Amino acid sequence: MSPPAVTSALSIAALPATAKYALALGDDALILGQRLGEWIADAPQLEEDLALANISLDLIGQARILLSYAGELEGAGHTEDDLAFWRDDNQFRNVHLVEQPNGDFAVTMARQLVFASYQYELYRALQDSGDEALAALAGKAFKEVSYHREHARTWVVRLGDGTEESHRRMQAGLEAVWPGVPELFEPDEVSLSLPSVAADPAGLEPHWARFVDGVLAEATLTRPTPRWRSRGGRSGLHTEHLGHLLAPMQHLHRSHPGASW
Amino acid sequence: MYGNHDTETALVPDEGDSERQAEFDALIADDQRIEPRDWMPDAYRRTLIRQVAQHAHSEIIGMQPEGNWITRAPSLRRKAILIAKVQDEGGHGLYLYSACETLGVDREDLLDRLHGGRQKYSSIFNYPALTWADVGAIGWLVDGAAIMNQVALCRCSYGPYARAMIRICKEESFHQRQGFEILHTLAHGTPAQKEMAQDAVNRFWAPALMMFGPPDDASPHSAQSMAWGIKRFSNDELRQRFVDMSVPQAEVLGLSLPDPDLRWNDERGHYDSGELDWDEFARVISGDGPCNAQRMSRRIRAHEDGAWVREAAQAYAAKQAARTLEVAAS
Amino acid sequence: MTQTPQNPAPNPAAGNGSDRRGWPLWEVFVRARRGLAHQHVGSLHAPDAALALQNARDIYTRRSEGVSIWVVPSSAIVASSPQEKDSFFDPALDKAYRHPTFYDIPEGVEHL
Repeated sequence: MSPPAVTSALSIAALPATAKYALALGDDALILGQRLGEWIADAPQLEEDLALANISLDLIGQARILLSYAGELEGAGHTEDDLAFWRDDNQFRNVHLVEQPNGDFAVTMARQLVFASYQYELYRALQDSGDEALAALAGKAFKEVSYHREHARTWVVRLGDGTEESHRRMQAGLEAVWPGVPELFEPDEVSLSLPSVAADPAGLEPHWARFVDGVLAEATLTRPTPRWRSRGGRSGLHTEHLGHLLAPMQHLHRSHPGASW
Repeated sequence: MYGNHDTETALVPDEGDSERQAEFDALIADDQRIEPRDWMPDAYRRTLIRQVAQHAHSEIIGMQPEGNWITRAPSLRRKAILIAKVQDEGGHGLYLYSACETLGVDREDLLDRLHGGRQKYSSIFNYPALTWADVGAIGWLVDGAAIMNQVALCRCSYGPYARAMIRICKEESFHQRQGFEILHTLAHGTPAQKEMAQDAVNRFWAPALMMFGPPDDASPHSAQSMAWGIKRFSNDELRQRFVDMSVPQAEVLGLSLPDPDLRWNDERGHYDSGELDWDEFARVISGDGPCNAQRMSRRIRAHEDGAWVREAAQAYAAKQAARTLEVAAS
Repeated sequence: MTQTPQNPAPNPAAGNGSDRRGWPLWEVFVRARRGLAHQHVGSLHAPDAALALQNARDIYTRRSEGVSIWVVPSSAIVASSPQEKDSFFDPALDKAYRHPTFYDIPEGVEHL
């Protein structure tokens, strides 16, 4: 990270653990918010443009709070924008799932089902966090992701149990995103070092699975059993897709170092 | 269309027409609103369908030029504002399609007409949004011009259209402000930012003025629309108001408006402004603008790519209905 | 918020003889806040009741305009006819005695 003179370089390794944790959750929200923003004006029905925009807005709102908080805990004056626009891809801590390209509407809905159901359990647990700021964010975000989860459920069921084509596409969507599932529930160093602050990722999985399996059954879909799984997002090792997502996202901001917008 | 679908359609003229015409005329003369199931002259209905649909299409196509900056917005705050704004445009399109459907056409038909080039949208959206400052210029000038038109339409004689406009005007007031704020920040930022802002205003000023439509003496539908209370002010009146309003705002921005003939006229109590290039207007409207082909192909592609989703949802609804019936029968 | 309504209206998607190719039309009613009645705000297209509700939420309550939403298939609305409005509504016009202002009350009488 080499931001303009106004801010100093950010060292992820030197961040307090809670800041690292906030950064990881914030990056998940930011990157998925950015991805969903790509849908606007291209959704299958105008009503759906609005729905996807709402979800994207909620996620970017969560990201702003979390990144600001990470910067605050760091104590070096980094703002949400410094963190969003001046980090390179290996300084992002999001899981691979959220950086996957949108694909068709079924891929996006598969990703939404997996991720919104995960965030639902995450924020539900975080409402009891020993960190007041995270608990407050979780209270607000829980309501938002409850709706995201319901939105995804509605669509996965309709596409799974709709036409032959939609069933095929929906199953393919699940296959495309499923390798990203294990990363969500993998205990990582940061969460393990914050037992009273962070939600235990592994502890979220049973609740998540109960809900998701219920949706898949209702949708007449099969839970995929992929032969590989993603790894490394939480430690900064990403897929090639993240670089392509960051390039347009950061270009303008970086082209005018120190400028206000 | 507010009840009793497919019955008593008011589209078929009959012997009672002259009496009904008199009632309609009386309502208009009394400045009352016409409501969906009222009798109305065919030409009134056709004019409204054309105008409201064109307005709706403009909102929907208008999502594209600004939407093209969502992924690149220069701060998270701006990104959130822009998403909310583009989302509003989509919402406004929906309010307007909803109003248009009360006239007895359905949205699917209207989209067909848009996709087939049989209905148009505002020519402004055929200009490209090339820099971030364009998002500001679109908010300030394009939304500003749109609001001026729309405020006048809040008193339109057709109830559903007027009500949609009231809702839209309430929501759009933030659109123009956020555009002004973007330009103000840029104009007071680095030299490169100020240059970007000036360049955007240079490109959008004249097309924004053309949004009010051709001059009054060349506007084919204006007189009838005024008589029907669909239009309340003429194209030139609204354009003049917009110019008068924009000049002092440009001064606050510290940006110039690209018109050497723009100056205060004490006698008229208004700003005089230069001739607009109406040939360009006609050309862009008829398809030969910088982005016409791009906008339409993206809209059509989104619609076609979404067909399987819409069909799936319909198939699911039909299955569910059948299941409900089965349960009820058992 | 997306539970199936207690008394599901006739499902327009089940085929009502209409030749619409798109999703059916729903009318949307929003209660702005507790204590107020639901008010008609517009319409939308949705394949079924659950999506109609979700869409209504996203389209008509983006600015906290509501605390409750009704969606009704447009085809289920039965409306009075404007052609009959004279016989429907005019007979109420000459019954001024239904309104409190019709009555003369002596000066000084309160709480009436």
